[in-house]
Amino acid sequence: MSELKKRIRKKSAAKPGKAGGEKYFLRLFVSGVLQNSVRAIKNVNQICEQYLEGNFKLEIIDVYQQPALAISEQVIVVPVMIIKHPLPEKRIIGDLSDVKKVLEILNCG
Amino acid sequence: MILDIKKTPSSSKLKKTLTGINGFDEITDGGLPKNRPTILCGNAGCGKTVMSMEFLVKGALKYDESGVFMSFEETKEELTTNMASLQFNIGSLIAKKKIYIEYLEIDKGPTAEAGRYDLEGLFARLQHAINSIGAKRVVLDSMDALFYDLDSGILRLEIRRLFKWLKEKKITTIITCEIDSGFLSKNRLEQYVADCVIALDNRTINQTTTRRLKIIKMRGSVHGLNEYPFIIDSNGISVLPLMSQLANQQLTTNRITSGIKDLDGMLDGLGFFEGSSILVSGSAGTGKTSIAISLVHSACKRKIPALYCAFEESTSQLTRNMRSIGLNIEPFIKSGVLKVYSSRPTIQNLELHLISIQKIIEEFKPKIIVLDPVTNLMSEGINSEIRQMLAHFVDFLKGLNVTTLFTAAITQETVKSNPSDEGISAMVDTWILVRDIEENSERNRGIYVLKSRGMNHSTQVREFVITDNGISLLPIYISPNGILTGSAKLEQTLKEEVAGRLLQNKITSDNSEIERKRKELEERVALLRDQFESEARALSQTGIENGYKEKSLKKNKNEIINLRNKIKSSTEKSKVRNT
Repeated sequence: MSELKKRIRKKSAAKPGKAGGEKYFLRLFVSGVLQNSVRAIKNVNQICEQYLEGNFKLEIIDVYQQPALAISEQVIVVPVMIIKHPLPEKRIIGDLSDVKKVLEILNCG
Repeated sequence: MILDIKKTPSSSKLKKTLTGINGFDEITDGGLPKNRPTILCGNAGCGKTVMSMEFLVKGALKYDESGVFMSFEETKEELTTNMASLQFNIGSLIAKKKIYIEYLEIDKGPTAEAGRYDLEGLFARLQHAINSIGAKRVVLDSMDALFYDLDSGILRLEIRRLFKWLKEKKITTIITCEIDSGFLSKNRLEQYVADCVIALDNRTINQTTTRRLKIIKMRGSVHGLNEYPFIIDSNGISVLPLMSQLANQQLTTNRITSGIKDLDGMLDGLGFFEGSSILVSGSAGTGKTSIAISLVHSACKRKIPALYCAFEESTSQLTRNMRSIGLNIEPFIKSGVLKVYSSRPTIQNLELHLISIQKIIEEFKPKIIVLDPVTNLMSEGINSEIRQMLAHFVDFLKGLNVTTLFTAAITQETVKSNPSDEGISAMVDTWILVRDIEENSERNRGIYVLKSRGMNHSTQVREFVITDNGISLLPIYISPNGILTGSAKLEQTLKEEVAGRLLQNKITSDNSEIERKRKELEERVALLRDQFESEARALSQTGIENGYKEKSLKKNKNEIINLRNKIKSSTEKSKVRNT
């Protein structure tokens, strides 16, 4: 949990720019330390660093800590990455281990 | 094993959560398994959502248990609106934090799968919802929605985990799902929840749709095995049979008059037992309704509330028709002591009828109920089902100590041809048969008490006449040729009257003959007496005359003697002188 918080803080700190400034705005909903979520966080970080070249904003949200956001984003399955930008909005569910597929959907690969 | 049995005291018996749904808690022996998930499966439109929502609403209103409704199909607004038609004020319950509704949208834009996932989002939202109002009840409606897009292998694991999680949280849950074929849910959810499975069904027979409920499984608990019809109306769900009060049946020896003095006379002279069920059967036009109205009329006169369920006539028709035989029920309807429930049987199915009637009973609390005619209710649906339902209904009414009178167009002949009709008679305490007696091209009514439990009833057939002043029973006329009724009876009476009169005439004429003879005799006697008297008089006259004669003769004789003596002495004197 603490590691997760650290990561979230790190990402937010690294990219404090206003929303919409970056090409990619990603929201990853996870659940605590459950395996799928931990893997997803690892995978998303890797993908962002490797392929998005700093041109992204990533929010990692724990559904238990921010249920209101989970409700408003209609999160049921976790982990889920919501691609807020570029439009149209898309969703990728799963631990993002299928990197090829993720990149395909992100349109960068 | 033996130890296990010893370790199972009654306290470990499966605890139940009362649903508050009419009739449901009775057939399940106390409601749903407490703190456990229950599968509620059924096809589209059979009432899963309504039932589960009522579970929450009743929980909030009756048992002070708040509930969470997780809807996968309808939005919060849709649900609130839909339930408003059922008099469930969801809005105010939400405001009072008694109910929490959340819509879970499965299909939220294009979604791709990239790796393994779980349902933690649902868990988190559920936990949030439960904590926000301290819920004890949860509904997930319907889980099938999840199966549209997601991997079923993952889902199975996750649902199993979810049920376990809900159990640990001590939440009584209803999970709805579609029914596949038979009584198995589409996605075989019941294999995860082995405790309680309830199936709802929506069946159309003879163009009348009936909803049914069946408890497929309820581990560790007694439950009814049958399919139970249920209805959804503005008050929510009501499951039949309504047998809640059956156990409290209080027998009474009080009697209630039938409103027909002579009929009371046939029933020990006292009438029916209070709270008993009475069947008045007979073919069409035998006066069943009139008998029923007589009972109601006499009760209403004594301010006893009565409910009249008319399935053939409208209220105004009934009022008019009964006025014609001198039973005016209109003032009773106006004063509220009599309620008429008038409805065509085809408008809705029997369940709806019975439940509507039950609702009136609960509000109005009548002491007398008439179902006229009960056979009309049987016109729709398979006979045996209806009979069963009626039997339950009769039991229910008996439990309330309500005197129930049914009319039915069954006769002993139809019982012979359709033995199942006998079933109706088995459930009633008193069976009065009104029978046509057809003779001399005329129809008359005979009435008799076929059975009457617990009383020494008359076994006579009586003639039954409907007059301008209600019903009266005449003693049946027994002639050498059998039973006579109607004009045959009248004719026989006339005949005998004429004969009597003739005899009477004969007697009078005989009497006058005697009188005449006596007069004649007397006259003759008088005549004879006259004769005699005149004769006697004549005789006595001669007697007198004879007396006179005798006297005069004597006198004459004496005179002659005297004369002679005189003559003799003078001659002697002369002789002497001469000498």
